[in-house]
Amino acid sequence: MLLRHTPKEITERSALMINPAKTCQPIGAMYAALGIHGCLPHSHGSQGCCAYHRSALTRHYKEPVSASTSSFTEGSSVFGGQANMLQAIENIFAVYNPEIIACHTTCLSETIGDDLKQIRKKALTEGKIPEGKFMISASTPSYVGSHVTGFSNMVKSMVGLAEPTGKKNGKVNIIPGWVEPADMEEIKRITKMIGVKTILFPDTSGVLNGPLSGEFKMYPDGGVTVAELQSTGDSIGTLALGEWCSADAARELDTKHKVPCQILDMPFGLKATDRFIDALRTIAGVTVPDELSMERGQLVDMISDMHQYVYHKKVALVGDPDQVIAMTEFLVSIDMCPIHIVTGTPGKAFERRIKEITKDMPFPCNVRAKGDMFLLHQWIKNDPVDLLIGNTYCKYISRDEDIPLVRWGFPILDRQGHQYFPTVGYKGALRLLEKILNVIQDRKDRDDPESKFELVL
Amino acid sequence: MATSTLKKIVPENPAHIKAELLAKYPSKVARKRSKQIMINEAMENTTPEISANVRTTPGIITMRGCSYAGCKGVIMGPTRDVVNLVHGPIGCSFYAWLTRRNQTNAGADGENYMNYCFSTDMQDSDIIFGGEKKLEAAIQEAYDLFHPRSIAIFATCPVGLIGDDIHTVAKRMKEKLGDCNVFAFSCEGYKGVSQSAGHHIANNQIFRHIVGENDEVKPGKYKINLLGEYNIGGDGFEIDRILKKCGITNISTFSGNSTYDQFASCHTADLNAVMCHRSINYVADMLETKYGIPWVKVNFIGAAATAKSLRKIAGYFGEKELIDLVEAVIAEEMPDVEKAIADVRPRTQGKTAMMFLGGSRAHHYQELFKEMGMRVIAAGYEFAHRDDYEGRKVIPDLKVDADSRNIEEIEVFRDEAKYRERKTPEEIKALEDSGYKFKEYDGMAPDMEKDTLIIDDLNQYEAEKLVEMMKPDLFCGGIKEKYSIQKLGVPMKQLHSYDSGGPYAGFKGAINFYYEIDRLVNSKVWSYMKAPWQDNPQLSATYGWE
Ligand code: SF4
Ligand code: SF4
Repeated sequence: MLLRHTPKEITERSALMINPAKTCQPIGAMYAALGIHGCLPHSHGSQGCCAYHRSALTRHYKEPVSASTSSFTEGSSVFGGQANMLQAIENIFAVYNPEIIACHTTCLSETIGDDLKQIRKKALTEGKIPEGKFMISASTPSYVGSHVTGFSNMVKSMVGLAEPTGKKNGKVNIIPGWVEPADMEEIKRITKMIGVKTILFPDTSGVLNGPLSGEFKMYPDGGVTVAELQSTGDSIGTLALGEWCSADAARELDTKHKVPCQILDMPFGLKATDRFIDALRTIAGVTVPDELSMERGQLVDMISDMHQYVYHKKVALVGDPDQVIAMTEFLVSIDMCPIHIVTGTPGKAFERRIKEITKDMPFPCNVRAKGDMFLLHQWIKNDPVDLLIGNTYCKYISRDEDIPLVRWGFPILDRQGHQYFPTVGYKGALRLLEKILNVIQDRKDRDDPESKFELVL
Repeated sequence: MATSTLKKIVPENPAHIKAELLAKYPSKVARKRSKQIMINEAMENTTPEISANVRTTPGIITMRGCSYAGCKGVIMGPTRDVVNLVHGPIGCSFYAWLTRRNQTNAGADGENYMNYCFSTDMQDSDIIFGGEKKLEAAIQEAYDLFHPRSIAIFATCPVGLIGDDIHTVAKRMKEKLGDCNVFAFSCEGYKGVSQSAGHHIANNQIFRHIVGENDEVKPGKYKINLLGEYNIGGDGFEIDRILKKCGITNISTFSGNSTYDQFASCHTADLNAVMCHRSINYVADMLETKYGIPWVKVNFIGAAATAKSLRKIAGYFGEKELIDLVEAVIAEEMPDVEKAIADVRPRTQGKTAMMFLGGSRAHHYQELFKEMGMRVIAAGYEFAHRDDYEGRKVIPDLKVDADSRNIEEIEVFRDEAKYRERKTPEEIKALEDSGYKFKEYDGMAPDMEKDTLIIDDLNQYEAEKLVEMMKPDLFCGGIKEKYSIQKLGVPMKQLHSYDSGGPYAGFKGAINFYYEIDRLVNSKVWSYMKAPWQDNPQLSATYGWE
């Protein structure tokens, strides 16, 4: 047994986290920053954090992830990191020449109280940021929130670039939240189909799913441009997908520049996609094209065709709040029963929302924000499930308890596809359903006695 | 082919390459980097000097990690029956969770916490009011849940700054729990300039808190410890297989596939065989001073190097029975190795490689490439010190700078009760007179060809430049470098984590490695960079369907 020391009996823990279902803020800030074209993320702290964040993102995407660090020494930790940061800015523009530096803090620089805004001002007065180049910064202390919070904080910093001209640009801002590059691409495909002009930010498509062509582009072709970010203040409105990942930036644009916003769930599954598309067509005042209704119909068709295999199957689900909320709704909508649900990110609102979505389910639902996978595993031991959905770390539970696993979330370190095949929208929901059915039916084929083994499922 | 667009500068002009690497840097950075880029002269008795173990310049995209990574990740990571509890915000513990590919074998029901990740998950209130209470509670909860024989605590960056006294908490909990050895590491990420500081902090604490605890005499005639072997991809398993076959007992590996008790009884061994000089040479010294165990440098990477190392160990014990058995084992293992070499060599001969790795492998792996007829044209370490490049003779001249001054050196003395002379001074002298070398390591530089480049703390920009200019057939580094190099159309082998391969140590490992490198450098994929229409974009005429 891989997790052989995990007891069935649950004891409350107040101080010890085991097998976390979250990680720290800066990695989220780094991922978000990679969704700006020509951007070099910079980690203001000691170099270990940056090395870890780059490695984790690289393992998930199998793509280069460039980011620089202030390389604090013990001295800088005592006297503050301003000198390191100023030196870093100079070296970054000399050697790597990005359009923009997106700087985030770490536990270290937060604890000593470095103020990035003030350092940026100093760099500007000292002429260290060349003409036409930019620097944004986000405060991302890891002892608050989670990687999701860091993502949200960096996205919020992006809208700090907005410079309203007073003339509307006719576009809709879409903040997709922490989804895969393929998902961002899919959102753009859908909006294009509907005929809405958008500014999608951040946008990691074309950045973290790049081609192999014999050329290394430190700044790949994808990403939202600085000019587009500047123009977000002129947009007709903002759709923020996910309360945890995207709402803060949208509200900031609303309060600061009077760009109205609507906060939606991430468009995973049938109903959340319905709401997203309905919102889009309302804002833009257009009719939804038949092709899209066709995609929706195909999804409904597959649900009806395969309903018997998923009906009342119990599921354990772990991941980030916005994703898990949408996924829970999808599972419930196809009559599956997510009975154990954990996110590592704090937030009582998460638990309330899940309770609301699962209230008519035939089984009670265990839900925990700021939980961990150790607890999830114990829940499973006490009330077994037919399916587990979560990141790669779930495979230890999956193997020990012999439960089929659908990998979904961050990080996925041992399978491919998440970079290339979306799970948002109707097409994405079809893929999710296919994945769920595959593991359930594989299991059936494995476990059915020979006398019951069937050709047609 | 796309890669043909890369300009190839022959390695015959290393000075030009060095100048190119430095050209874009601001002058201060250029001056500093210039001292860390050395054109090797491969001289007989002296070695050119390189600057190493110095801080990385802010803003430069370095390959390095931090001392916490060296302490928790490298040294303590592979120890399966210790609960490794990270005191800090969640990230540090999360990233070190199962990512280093240390293998272990705890049997069907042995203790094994390596698949778990433990953290105090510090919150802002802990940062403001101090985290000692939470740490204490977490230790208690870990104890109540698992009853491990030891709990190790690791400090991350904020812990040192807010002044949590983790050592006092550990001591208090050790006394309170009674049957659990609780101890702590002050391995905050800002200490030192790289992972190397963390190795040191880890090893010191293992030495202080565990080594020497169990005097029980283990069975076996020829007893050694293997220092600096971390069982990545199962290397340690392969080395243990060979040692066992040779009748040599490995009391303790620092720290691949290790257990608490192995550390506790390592002082009962009679020889220390040091693999990774960087991460552990000082432990070998301390074990010698305190317990009287001599040490030798070995290398089990490369079939010939493995044979040589086995002979070195046998030579130390000097008994015919052992020497004969070692020869028999080598004779039995080598035919398969030679067969594999003969098979791959026509496809690998003359190919070139670059290696930029931690602190020993950039040297060790040159053996394997030599066996395949490949040339290493540039190499360097991420976090080594000058002695790893130039040999131990420079140790007396090493200056400790401000960044390393606070990394503790523990002073050890002979343990009168446990010290045991393994060989008389006469025996030692006789061995030395016959050419046997104790405590000897000449570093990487003398083993590299003249005019090759040796670069310390290589960064992403220099790596890309080097590959563009020298166009090697293979680049070896870590996960962060992997895909930027491969985008250039050059295969990249991770030699920290081995991608998903290994073992590469010992005889069987050597064979694995030959075939792995053969696969990489000869993969068809490198010829697919351009589509047909990109190779020949200009149509001279249009052809319709006839
Ligand atoms: S938790 Fe803090 S110190 Fe640890 S990796 Fe994250 S930012 Fe760095
Ligand atoms: S061999 Fe290299 S990677 Fe391994 S511990 Fe030594 S220095 Fe680190």
